[in-house]
Amino acid sequence: MGIGIRIENLRKVYDTPPPIAARSGGFSFTPVRSKSTGDKKSKEKKKFEVVALDGISLEIRPGEVFGLLGPNGAGKSTTIGILTTRTRPTSGRAFIGEFDVWQEQVKAKLLIGVVPQRPNLDFALTAREILLFHGAYFGQSSRERTRRADEMIEKFKLTDRADHMVRTFSGGMMQRLSIARAMMHDPEVLFLDEPSAGLDPQTRLLLWEIIRDYHRLGKTIVLTTHYMDEADALCERLAIIDHGKIIAQGTPQELKSSIPGGYLLRLRFDRAPEELLAQLRTLPGVSEVRGTDHVATDVYADRGGTLISGIVSSAQAAGVELRDVHISEPSLETLFLHHTGRSLRD
Amino acid sequence: MNWKTFYALLSRDGHVARRNLVPTLVQNLLQPMLLTFVFGRVLTASGMMQMGYKNVLLPGIISISMSLSGIWAVAMPLISEFQFTREIEDRLLAPMETHWLAVEKVVAGMIQALVSGLVVIPTAWLVVGSGVSLSFHQPLQFAVVCLLVALFSAAGGLALGCSIGQTQIGLMFSMVVAPMMFFGCAYYPWSALASFKALQYAVLLNPMVYASEGLRGTLVPQVPHIPILAVIGALVVMDGVLLAVGLNRFNRKAVS
Repeated sequence: MGIGIRIENLRKVYDTPPPIAARSGGFSFTPVRSKSTGDKKSKEKKKFEVVALDGISLEIRPGEVFGLLGPNGAGKSTTIGILTTRTRPTSGRAFIGEFDVWQEQVKAKLLIGVVPQRPNLDFALTAREILLFHGAYFGQSSRERTRRADEMIEKFKLTDRADHMVRTFSGGMMQRLSIARAMMHDPEVLFLDEPSAGLDPQTRLLLWEIIRDYHRLGKTIVLTTHYMDEADALCERLAIIDHGKIIAQGTPQELKSSIPGGYLLRLRFDRAPEELLAQLRTLPGVSEVRGTDHVATDVYADRGGTLISGIVSSAQAAGVELRDVHISEPSLETLFLHHTGRSLRD
Repeated sequence: MNWKTFYALLSRDGHVARRNLVPTLVQNLLQPMLLTFVFGRVLTASGMMQMGYKNVLLPGIISISMSLSGIWAVAMPLISEFQFTREIEDRLLAPMETHWLAVEKVVAGMIQALVSGLVVIPTAWLVVGSGVSLSFHQPLQFAVVCLLVALFSAAGGLALGCSIGQTQIGLMFSMVVAPMMFFGCAYYPWSALASFKALQYAVLLNPMVYASEGLRGTLVPQVPHIPILAVIGALVVMDGVLLAVGLNRFNRKAVS
C-alpha cells in the first residue's frame, strides 16, 4: 500500500537568490550582512523577492505516477524542494503520507528517494561506495546493502565502472547512478526532478522502463518535466504549473480533451482585422478564435487541415494575405499554450 | 536522534580520510616539521635563540597543527560540497535532522585534529632534538585542553566553511588563518606581549592563544603561561560561540 502526498496552500518567496541561481553562477557566497536598520545597503538587499510558489494545493494519490509540468522557473523544483525537506516553505503545509514534512522531517525523509535535477553524487567515493553508504545512512544491514547495491549496479548497467571514482563518469552515467542511489533504500515515494534532461534517447527509454517497473511495485512517483511526450507516456495525472500557480490538473487525456476543439491552427496574416476574426469564427468546427496581436491568430477547432481552404477564402474575401500556417494536433503543448498564451520552451 | 545514520556518516568521513591518508599526513606534518626544524633546531643551535626556546615552541607547534588540521578537515570539504555540485545533498537527505550532519562534521574534524596533534607531538619532539623537557604530570588537564582545542578547530572550520565560497579560500587563509597563527602565541608565550599592552589584550579574542597557552601549561608548566583554569573557561566559551555560529550558518546554507 502506497503513500500519498498532500500539499496545502504552499507559498514560497525567496528573499535571497535561490540556490539554483547561485549554482548556475558557479559559486555561492552567503552574504554576511549585519541586520542594523541604519545600513542602507542591507535595506536594499532585503528588497530582493522572488515569488516561486503562489499558493499551490495538490493531492497525489498513493501509488500513482504524478507529473509536474511547466517551463523553467515555473516552480516545479521548488515544489519538489519543499516536499523533500530541502526548501523551507514561506507558508502552507506539505505532507508525505501522514507526516508533515516540516514537523516530522526524519519520518518523511525515511519514506522518500530523490533524484535531483543535476547529479549531486559524492565525488569522494566510487559508484559502489555511494550506494553502500547511502544504504548505511538509511540503516540497512551490511548484507542487505551489499546485495541491493549489486542489484542496482546490474540494473542500471554500471557494472564495468562500479569501482571507479564517480568524478570520471559521463553525465548519463551520473544520472543513472543518481537514480540507483535514490532507489537504493526502496523508498515509498520517488521524486525525480527532470530525470531525462541530458539523457540520450536509449537511456531515456531505460529510465522510463525503470520508472514503470517501480510503479508496478505500488510506489508513488512524482516527476517534473518539460517534455510533453514524457508526461504523456508516464504520468497518470498531471498538474501544469506556471508562475508558481497550478493552471490545470487532471489525467493527460482529460487535460487534452479540455482544450476547446483539440486542434490548434496558428495563423499569420499580413494584418488581422476584426471582421476577419469574426469570419473565421463562423467556419465549421471552429470553437475559439484568438487574435494574439495584429498579425497572429490562434484558431481552436475540432479539425485541422480541412479548415485551410475555408481560412484562405475568408482571408481573400477580407483582402488579407495568409502568410503562415501551423497545425498542432491535440497535445499537452497546445494545452499549455491555451492556458498561458505562450509555448512551454519560452 | 538516529545514531545508526550518524555512525554511517562518520564512517563515510573516516573512509574518505583513510583514502587520503598520505596526503593528509604530509599536509599535517610537513609544515610543523619545517617550523620545528628551523626555529627549534637551526636557530637554537646557531645560538640566535636560547635553548629554552624549544620548550616555548613545541606546544605552540602542536597547537598550530591541531587547529589547522581541524579547520582544514571541516571547512575545505564543506566549501566544495556546498558548491554548485551540491554534493552534500545526499547526506542532507539522510534520515536525521539537518543540524546533526553539521555535528557529525565537527566530530569527524575533532578526531582528525586530535590524531594530527598526537602525531605531531612525538615527531616534533624528535626533530627538535635534546633540551626539551615535556611533562605529562597532568594527564586529565592535558586531555581536556586537547579536546577543547580540537572542538575549537572543528567548530571554527564549520563556521568558516559555511561562510565563504570557493573563490575566497585564499582570502580566508591570509585574513583569518595567518593572523590567527601569528597572533596565536604559538611562537612566543602570551606574557611576551607585555610590552604591547593593547595587542596583548586584543589577542585574547583569538582562540588559538588559549590553545597554545593551554598546551604550554600542561606540557611545559615551567614556561610562563595563562592559568589552566582560565584557559579552559575561555575555550569552553569560544567553542560554544563557534559551534552556535557554525550550526546556524550550516542550517541557513543547507535549507533554502
